Amino acid sequence: MTERARSVLEAAKAPDARRAALEFVAQAGRDAAFQLEACVHCGQCADACHFHLVTGDPRHTPIYKLWPMLKAYQREAAPFASVKKAFGLAPPEVTAEELHEWSELLYDSCNLCGRCTLACPMGIDIASLVRRAREGMAAGGFAPADLYKAAARSLDTGSPIGVRWPALKRQIELQEQETGLHVPVDAEGAEYMVVLSSIEIMGFPEAIGALARIFRQAGATWTIPSAGFEATNVGVQMGSRDVAAELLSRIVAAAERLKVKCVISPECGHAYSALRWEGPNLLGRRYDFEVVQIAELLDRFVREGRLRLRGMDARRLTFHDPCQLVRRGGLTEAPRRLMHGVSANQVKMPASGAASYCCGGGGGVSAIHRAEGLRFAAFEIKKQEIEATGAEAVVTACANCRNVLEEAIEHYGMTMPVLGLTELVAQYLDNDGR
Amino acid sequence: MTAVELLQFARGPALWASVAVLLAGSLWRIAGIVRLGAKPDLSEPRSTRLFAGAMRGIFARMVPRVEFRLRKKLGFWNGYVYHVGLAVIVFGYLPHIHFVKRLTGIGWPALPEPVFFVSVGLTFVSLFIALMERLSDPVRRLLSGFDDYFSWCVVVLPLATGMIAIQQSDPMPLAIHLLSVELLFVWLPFGKLAHAFLVFASRGVTGAALARKGAPL
Repeated sequence: MTERARSVLEAAKAPDARRAALEFVAQAGRDAAFQLEACVHCGQCADACHFHLVTGDPRHTPIYKLWPMLKAYQREAAPFASVKKAFGLAPPEVTAEELHEWSELLYDSCNLCGRCTLACPMGIDIASLVRRAREGMAAGGFAPADLYKAAARSLDTGSPIGVRWPALKRQIELQEQETGLHVPVDAEGAEYMVVLSSIEIMGFPEAIGALARIFRQAGATWTIPSAGFEATNVGVQMGSRDVAAELLSRIVAAAERLKVKCVISPECGHAYSALRWEGPNLLGRRYDFEVVQIAELLDRFVREGRLRLRGMDARRLTFHDPCQLVRRGGLTEAPRRLMHGVSANQVKMPASGAASYCCGGGGGVSAIHRAEGLRFAAFEIKKQEIEATGAEAVVTACANCRNVLEEAIEHYGMTMPVLGLTELVAQYLDNDGR
Repeated sequence: MTAVELLQFARGPALWASVAVLLAGSLWRIAGIVRLGAKPDLSEPRSTRLFAGAMRGIFARMVPRVEFRLRKKLGFWNGYVYHVGLAVIVFGYLPHIHFVKRLTGIGWPALPEPVFFVSVGLTFVSLFIALMERLSDPVRRLLSGFDDYFSWCVVVLPLATGMIAIQQSDPMPLAIHLLSVELLFVWLPFGKLAHAFLVFASRGVTGAALARKGAPL
């Protein structure tokens, strides 16, 4: 599996449109084909996409981003493809020039946020089709160079930014000192195994201390694996199932080695999608353990009475919905119930919940350096949404969203903290510190 | 060929041939997609009520979510006007019902003629608005190709020829009207008009997939 994953990285050295086209066709299975065929070119998806709304560029219309995949499918696999080819009516082959142009459309200007999916009157799941189209782009060597590099680092070190076990160990030790609580590492037979994202480990390590306090009060056994701790999956973002499967297999191996009942997906939207929804399909087998997102677990603990909350944050808070958890992951209510438990003055953004706007950095966009300007421009809508609430702080349940929000807030000269939901819950635990 | 002979041709061989193409083409298109196959989803579902999710997907998307109801966009609401208008014209006009009854033995009550005439007018205007929007809106212009414009023509032709044929004793306009309908039958399975049946599959697939995750539709 590792060799296959590494061979994907070789594609970047010699981009090949034919290879990309073959993968586009391979990705167009029955369900994808029904959707590719159903589009009536109404353009309503454009009005749902924050990239199109801020740039006004018609090329940022979500369904247009699928043009190369659609062309390859229509040429090679669509129901009348052979007849059309015989009469010279089939679309021409996709070219390398086209795919270089579409690299910006399929990566820089798409967060895989799925807002377009929700708006399409034909019910086309455009986000999942973009995810599939990225498989073709990555296989052909047309994904952004930054994502190939991040994938190479992930395969080499386990982390897209090169965070290895000693760095996590040091952060764990610091959190143990700060909380006075033990953080179990490689504890076999624990109920819960927590995996983390590199952004959390390096940017928001207090999340580890928060987890220690939460699990202590819930009376649950937990552990962090010393190998297979990284939840981030650049393979899913760039569109390489081989890279994604290799990275996922490390988490699965850790869970099976430690014989845990449940793996906790951290505050990271796409990590949840990768582990919870794509993982078993990428690995070709069901898990022997349950996958639960941390907000889902906290909500479960609170409702079971295992977590008791005391006091509430009096500030005016607004919740930013991570797309992969809420719109794409089905976790709409859990974070909301938690927010109600810890926030006395919560105010919703105008587009909140299912139709909320992305932070602009999802789907790997925050890792693409050339996309930074476009990402900040796309944040303009989120900025207006946040400002409409008059909130003093933003809360979210995804470390990548949190990082992107912090960067954009600074870029726009706004002054506002961005908080993690897990830490906020831990802050208001009853009997905290016992 | 005289006008009467042309009408006989339109009512006979041309009609049956076009219906055969419509059915065979539609089946071919559906079968061609189904044969591509689907792998089983191995992730643990949050909900197993997939059929209910598919049905919800099919019906719920008939009305957009409140967040996407773009009232300022004429084209958005215009879609409802010509779809409903076409349904009223096809299924509510007495000569159409007689035509279907003669072929299949199945009939139903017709709508009052004034309703039919208002529908024809509204549908005509609505289809021209749809065309204007497709030509003038940068997004739709970029997305549109031969299929979109030809499909528009193929829908408008029976409307136009039908209006000419109304209350005329000369068989020629009726023959041309029938032939224009038959052109629509022949084209439907192969172009964008196939959304008439593909919409159910597309919405159903997405509805089931989102239901599986417990995600909003």
